[in-house]
Order: sequence, then structure tokens, then C-alpha cells
Amino acid sequence: MREVLSEISALTMRELKHWYRSPFLLVMTFVQPVLWMGLFGKAMNLTGILRVPEEVLAQLPPYISSEISAVFNKVISNVFGTPHADYFTFMSVGMPIIVILFTSMSSGISISWDRRLGFLNKLLVAPVRRGSIILAKVLSGVIRSGVQAALVLLVAVAFGAKYVTPHPLMILVLIGAILLLALGISSLFILLGIRLKSWESQMTLMNLLTLPLMFASNVFYPLDIMPQWLQVVAQLNPLTYAVDLLRQLLVTGSYENYLFFGELGGLVLFTLSVTFLSVLFAERGLRRD
Amino acid sequence: MAGVIETVNLVKRFGDVVAVDDVSISVEDGELFGFLGPNGAGKTTTINILTTLMRPTSGRAVVGGYDVVENPNEVRRIVGVVPQELTVDEDLTGWENLMLQGGLYHLSSAARRQRAEELLELVGLSDAKHRRVETYSGGMQKRLELACGLMHRPKVLFLDEPTLGLDVHTRSAIWEYIRRLRDELNITIFLTTHYLEEADALCNRVAIIDKGRVMVTGTPSELKVRVGGDIIELETFNGHEGLVHALKEIDGVKRVISRDRAYHLTVERGEEVLPTILEAFVRLGVKVTKVTMKRPTLDEVFLEYTGRQLRQESSDWEDKLKSRFTIRRIRS
Repeated sequence: MREVLSEISALTMRELKHWYRSPFLLVMTFVQPVLWMGLFGKAMNLTGILRVPEEVLAQLPPYISSEISAVFNKVISNVFGTPHADYFTFMSVGMPIIVILFTSMSSGISISWDRRLGFLNKLLVAPVRRGSIILAKVLSGVIRSGVQAALVLLVAVAFGAKYVTPHPLMILVLIGAILLLALGISSLFILLGIRLKSWESQMTLMNLLTLPLMFASNVFYPLDIMPQWLQVVAQLNPLTYAVDLLRQLLVTGSYENYLFFGELGGLVLFTLSVTFLSVLFAERGLRRD
Repeated sequence: MAGVIETVNLVKRFGDVVAVDDVSISVEDGELFGFLGPNGAGKTTTINILTTLMRPTSGRAVVGGYDVVENPNEVRRIVGVVPQELTVDEDLTGWENLMLQGGLYHLSSAARRQRAEELLELVGLSDAKHRRVETYSGGMQKRLELACGLMHRPKVLFLDEPTLGLDVHTRSAIWEYIRRLRDELNITIFLTTHYLEEADALCNRVAIIDKGRVMVTGTPSELKVRVGGDIIELETFNGHEGLVHALKEIDGVKRVISRDRAYHLTVERGEEVLPTILEAFVRLGVKVTKVTMKRPTLDEVFLEYTGRQLRQESSDWEDKLKSRFTIRRIRS
């Protein structure tokens, strides 16, 4: 056990040093979600389209304007979960999840760099458990994701996202959900990319995967306005679970239902299974021949 | 199975290509054993098998008493590897690379620090230890690589082309470190090279490998003797007809060729035989104007056993290697 810890901590420290010593990398993973918050969140104001402007309502007789408000609030409430929703708040919750997706992807790709630069050989001739090599990658991905996700949430608040304050205990669940997703996604990308020798083919695979993972989910749009088939796909997407958990905690504030725990359970199941698989296949995946 | 490294009929195939073909070698404890051959001869593949990176197609390999296929983890604990390509992390400092290495071999942090200090001293990098490796020269990186391979005090050290692509000055410095390792730390070293002079300068024993097969094994001087011994050339002022016959009578002289008043002799143990040869000249009243004695190099040995010269083949490979280093630079 002491040996395993020694291996994992040595390798994780290496990964983290790469990360915090590269200001470019830090800034870039950060710029993307911030840009999206600005472009998608502020420009594509879906709730703004659905809401009747105040001055129009003011010109109408009170009973009609309250009826109209009620109808639109109902629509917004149905789609976004709460009548007070604004699109920016709605989508900003998905941004830490996007950060996790891209940070985890870079962890996955870094294995092929290690392979290419010969560093992986150094690990393979050492008495290091193959699973430790994978776990160190995953763990560093989780730590990086966690820090960056937290920063992005703070930026969202600074941009005007209106979050409800969850119960202190639920803040732990929130952190847990973010870390679980990071763990799961890092493992998933490593599992998929481990046998690919060239970083070009890994890059292609990663790009192919991130797009559907991002858009076939509830990060940008509520599931209810998607066509049926896409809803089915999105409901299999682990990102959807994580985003929905965060939304229930930070936007609607209503988490006392079976859905919440169902999603949490789904996330745990996904994460445990891919992490287990990636460690299980580590020996075969890392081997040279 | 007495040796530290023992292979029996080791074979490695990649599809139709036989990279290692029926290799049986035995390396003694404390020996500096060299694998000499051109690129693509199967040297690196052999190291990959012996260090558990690859599994043999057939045959057996035992390192330090452990079978590389059955007990890879035990083998990994006792071997150190300095591979051909650089595997140190360029974004970390030299010191951090050694700490990482220590972690991989489960050393306590006190042991890590102590050994890192010692090894940095040994390879002469103490002053540069807190600089990032990307600022190191090629020779410094190689020396750091050497230090990394020694962190866990391996019983057997594998050096794959330790001086490939390095300039002459750096090369002789690396040789010096390797000699010190053998003499001071008393570890068994398995070295591959395609530089004849490197095998000659460092190795106790050399195996010449070509197209996956071991052609011949022996000490460098044994191999040279087998080729035909030393070469002595003499020029004389006045020749003598009985001279060739007289020279052939001398014990140790294998071949005599005379041209005009010059004589070309192939002899065993040249330094012992040369006085006798000179006596024969004096006895017959022949005045010698010039004597040169050349030792055969492993060049001749290689030529003898493979029918090819080794030198031309090296340059292509070094070009390839240089472009690899360029790739690394672009990346950072």
C-alpha cells in the first residue's frame, strides 16, 4: 500500500507541476467557458425570448397581463424548472461541467504524449503498478478539474448568475458531483485513448466525442425542447446527470426528490464502472506489444 | 543458469520480421557486456525484452534470477534502464526528475534526497539541479538520464546507445562515467552500441549482433585476435630474398606480404613478437627505415563476421534521431 501511494503521489505531482507551471494552459482552459458564458449565455437569451417585456405588460389591463405572465412563467417553469429562471443562470451551471470535459480530455491525450516522448517507457520498466499510472493521470485530472470548475462558478457569479444558496451539506454533494464527473470523464478518455499511438488520432477521437457529449446534454438547452431521440441520447449522457444535479442545487433549489438521488446514483455508477475498467485494462493498454 | 543475464534461444517476431533470432547469451556478475551491431540488428528489442517492455515470441530470458515473463515485477526492481531516447521530463528540473524516479521505485524521501545528491555529484550536475531539463544540453540530459537509471541502485544497468548523437567530447565524458560505475559501484552493465570504438573502449565482452543473430561473442581483444591479430608494417632500405621465409618461421606470425622493400605482417600479440621480427631483419643485414604497428579494430571484426562495414550505416540513423529531437523541441 505504501508503494502504491508512493507511485501515485510521485506521478500526480508531476502532472500537477506541468499544469500550474504552464500559465498558457491555465488561461486557455479558463477562457473557453468564459467565452461561452458571454456568447451563449448572454447573447442566446432563451428566457428573454419567452418573456413578455415589462412595458408591454404595463400597457395591458392588469387581469390580461397577469394571465399572460402566468402563461409564460408556466412555460419557463416547465422548461427551465423555475419561473424565475434566466438563461444565463441556467447555462452557467453547465460551464464547470464543460471545464471538466476539456480538462479530462487533456489528461487522456497526455498519455499518448508520454508514450511518444518515451516517458511512458520509463514508467513501464519501473516496478510501478500499471493501474497507478492510470490513477495518477485520472487523479491529476480530477484535481485540475475541481479547481478550475470552482473558479468558473465564481466567474459566473461575477457575470451575474443568480444562484440560490444550497444547504451546507448539499455544498458537499455539489463538490462531490463535480469530482465524480471529473473522475469518470478522465477515466473514460484514458480508457478510449490508451491504445492510440499517435496524438493526431487521439485528438480526432477526442474532438469527435466532446461535441456530442456537450450538445447531446442539458448543458446549453433544457431536455424538454429536444426531439425525442435526442432526449434519449442525452439521458444516457453522464454530463446530463451532473448538470441536472448542479441545477437542482444552485438554480431551482429543489433537490428533495427521487430524481436527485437517482441522478447521483447514476453518476456514481458511471464513474465507478469506467474508473474500474480503465484500471483493469491498464496492463493491456499500456503494454508495448 | 549462472549469469546475471541469461537468455536461451530468445526470439522476437513482429509479423514476418524476425527482430531477435535465437539469441543465447550469458552475462556474468559485474561484467560490462556490449551488444555491437548496426541499427535494426535487434539490440533495442533485446533490451526491451530483458527489461520487461516486450515479451519474447519464444525462448527464455532470466535477469538476476527472475524470468522476465513470469516475474516481470521482480525484474523491474533490480534493473535500471537508460534508454536510447530521452525519457526525463523536460518540464521538470533535474532534481524533480530524480525525486519522481525515487517515487517510482518506492524510496523513502530521505533516501531519495541522499541518493539524488550523490548521483548529481557523480554525473556532475549538482550546479544545474534546480534548472528545468529543457535548458540542459544533450550531454547533460543524457547524464541526468544516467542518474535516473541509478536512483534505485540497480543490480543490472541497461544502457541503450548511451552516446548516440553526442559530440566527441561529451562522448568521452559519458564513457568516463560508465567506467566509474563499473569500477566503483560494481554493477553489471549491458550496453548496446553501433560505435566500434565504444564497445572497444568500455566492454569486457562484446557480442556482435546482425539481423537479430549473435554472430560471435568474446572479449574485444579475443575477437581481434580471431580476425588475425595485429598488423605490422615495415619499410626497409634494402630487401632480402630469404626474409619472407625467415619471418614466416617466427612463432606468432600468421601472414607475410612483401611488396618491393615493404613488408606487411599479420601477427598475434604484436608487441611480444615485434622484437623477434626486428632481430630477424638485423640477422639478415636488412636495414629497417620505418616500423608501424596497428591493432586491428572491431571494424575488421565486424567486417569479418557480417561481411559489411558498420560506418556508413550510422549516419542515416543519426539524421533520423536529430529529426526526433526537433519534434520534441516543437512540442515544448
